[in-house]
Amino acid sequence: MADADAALDRRPWFLLAPALLAIAFLVIVPMSFILVYSFYENVDLAVDKVAFQFSNWQALFHDSYYRVAIWKTLRLSVIVTMLAAVLGYIPAYFIAMTTFRHRWLLLLLLILPFWVSFIIRTMSWIHILGNEGALNGILMWLGLIQAPLQMMYQEGTVIIGFLHVFLPYMILNVYVSLEGIDRNLEPAARTLGATPWQAFREVTLPLSMPGLAAGCLLVFVLTGGSYVTPLILGGPRDFLFGNLIHDAVVSELNWPMGATLSFTLLVLLGLVVVAYSRVMGLNQLSKAFR
Amino acid sequence: MRAWSLIRFYTILVYIFMFAPIAVVMVLAFNSSQFGGFPIEGFSLRWFYRLAENEAIMRALKTSLGLGLLTAVISTTIGILAALALVRYQFRGKDFITTLLISPVLVPETVLAVGLLIFLRWLHMPRSFLLLLLGHSIIALPFVVLVVQARLVGIKKEYEEAARSLGANPLQTFLGVTLPLLAPAVFAGAIFAFTISFDNITATLFWRPSGMETVPTQIFGMLRNSVSPEINALGFVMIVITVGVPLLAGGAARYFARKRT
Repeated sequence: MADADAALDRRPWFLLAPALLAIAFLVIVPMSFILVYSFYENVDLAVDKVAFQFSNWQALFHDSYYRVAIWKTLRLSVIVTMLAAVLGYIPAYFIAMTTFRHRWLLLLLLILPFWVSFIIRTMSWIHILGNEGALNGILMWLGLIQAPLQMMYQEGTVIIGFLHVFLPYMILNVYVSLEGIDRNLEPAARTLGATPWQAFREVTLPLSMPGLAAGCLLVFVLTGGSYVTPLILGGPRDFLFGNLIHDAVVSELNWPMGATLSFTLLVLLGLVVVAYSRVMGLNQLSKAFR
Repeated sequence: MRAWSLIRFYTILVYIFMFAPIAVVMVLAFNSSQFGGFPIEGFSLRWFYRLAENEAIMRALKTSLGLGLLTAVISTTIGILAALALVRYQFRGKDFITTLLISPVLVPETVLAVGLLIFLRWLHMPRSFLLLLLGHSIIALPFVVLVVQARLVGIKKEYEEAARSLGANPLQTFLGVTLPLLAPAVFAGAIFAFTISFDNITATLFWRPSGMETVPTQIFGMLRNSVSPEINALGFVMIVITVGVPLLAGGAARYFARKRT
């Protein structure tokens, strides 16, 4: 078909119509709606009044509780993202560069955790780090400690839980961009006198940045929007911004405040995504599926 | 190459980090001890029997399976149509449309959950199975589109053109040529959608009507007390379903593909 006709062809739009309608009604409209709803007034449990007033937003800006939650969320997301980058880059490098015959197995194992239930994977850390967990058992058996160490229900446990669930996203994204690099470049750098480390730092690392950045974005945004992991693995002080939303909507039935908090989270994480797509473009994100 | 052996050692450690906890759950499912953790006292299948007798869990399992299957049908159907449009046609604003289609991934799930919940409440639609179904379908849609799109790129347009030039009408072409070629993509998309729905808890906790539990929310509720051995057994069953089915399907597909050539 000639390009001139392409613009007039209506067929793609028929094919796209159901998906676009679903996105419009189930994503775009509700997202705008939470902004409107954030101005509503909460009267009682699950009862609210149509209004245009700013009490929810005032609460958000004046109550230090919310500021603490934003700060905690930001801090935890940065920690998890950085650890995931450090933990994930090296295995991705290994898988991309190895001459191991069964490389497909390593790749398959990388995708496998996506199929294992999130809640089971999160819960499994109780078996590892709990008072009767495997780690305490081993340490006591070795005689290194007398009484079990308290390792559960604190920030570290939450970080481990997040890392465990999000690491495959990081490894996969880094792997995809490492895989796309011309294999001759590093040897070429070596012939020109670079040490192995220099060759890696000057050639491979910069070329793999798009994948690393995509992985970091995913891990950051996924962590920043979570609330279930801290509920399972964290203590009472380990809450994220998402936990406030969950409390407001599910426990307190204060829907306007829930809408206000949700919109705030959307904007905060949205800014991160926008900043990223300005620099890298969104294409890299879908590459991991090819 | 000392650096390389360090890298290999490090990689092995990361793989252990990813799989040891899962392996522990699977082993503990067969522990005869009446507590859900260590030490291992002996081999027993009793927690699987206990699981089968637990009505709450069985009901949750049925809900999850039904929800997952329906989600797979809906999101795969609309996802494949959209992916076809993206791969087969040139039109203006394609990048924008693609971004729109993957937008449910870009929105934090918590926010998506609250938005849809409040919007449908405003439409006087309370929490219900339908809300869960619509919600899960929209969460799965971007993944279906991406997966199917990736597979579609490999199917050549020439086959359809050949069928058309040999006198098949568009419907015949679609049913006789395109659909069989599409089948692996359909299958991959559907399995992906099912798994996403079956595994979802973040949004489900917002959307489920009171009294309705899916497997993850049921486990979540049971975890509030302690890890009971039944949860380990349930974990074992879930892992076998969600890992075993795609692996077997993939293996079978490869086997038949090899046989045919």
